[in-house]
Amino acid sequence: MGVRVQEADFDVSAELDALCMGRADVGAVATFVGLVRDVNDGTSVGGMTLEHYPGMTERAIEVIIAEAKTRWNIFDATVIHRVGALKPRDRIVLVAVCGGHRGESFDACEFIMDFLKTRAPFWKKEATPQGERWVEAKTSDDVAAARWDDGKNDKAGQ
Amino acid sequence: MKIRVLFFARLREQLGSPGEEVDVADGASVAALRAQLSLRSAAWGEALEARNLRIAVNQDMAAVDQVLKAGDEVAFFPPVTGG
Repeated sequence: MGVRVQEADFDVSAELDALCMGRADVGAVATFVGLVRDVNDGTSVGGMTLEHYPGMTERAIEVIIAEAKTRWNIFDATVIHRVGALKPRDRIVLVAVCGGHRGESFDACEFIMDFLKTRAPFWKKEATPQGERWVEAKTSDDVAAARWDDGKNDKAGQ
Repeated sequence: MKIRVLFFARLREQLGSPGEEVDVADGASVAALRAQLSLRSAAWGEALEARNLRIAVNQDMAAVDQVLKAGDEVAFFPPVTGG
């Protein structure tokens, strides 16, 4: 398992190779890559700055991955989140999960991403033509995370 | 007792401070710490009493009634917006 918070970009292909290294029983690698968009809430965005809480952020993501491992039969996961100054089209976040089969890997990848958005302490500040603004938390992100609460989507509920 | 206090994102900018060491009464709760800081000025009061403010104690999410001990790290921050 790997959790990294860094300013530098990441190489998706190299990260997927590293995640599966030395294993021949991996049948599925589910990957999510988040990118910076040039528009948000109807306003053009020229760039953004990401801030985090060093220490707590990494720990919060490790807890989310550990929770995913108790809910699905997955082997391992890598999460990389960038901080600092980013511009449109830059990669922000990588979530990669490997397992024996696609269903559980897909579900675990989505679960990790949903909880990262609501539990991991990161904050985005966007540069717009009207000036800089802190991004507001979205209710839809809470709803996305809450749908995992009923257990219907994990192996215990199947 | 001494508590290490941290502020992040919009709150850090509103208060003009990334954090500091604060002296509070032994056995103080998070709520007592927040009330003490809020008394500094109207701006601090308004920023720290925001309804959606999140709190972490020693890097775990915490409720306002959590009792503090010497050396604790208490962070106040807005709802998170990563990903």
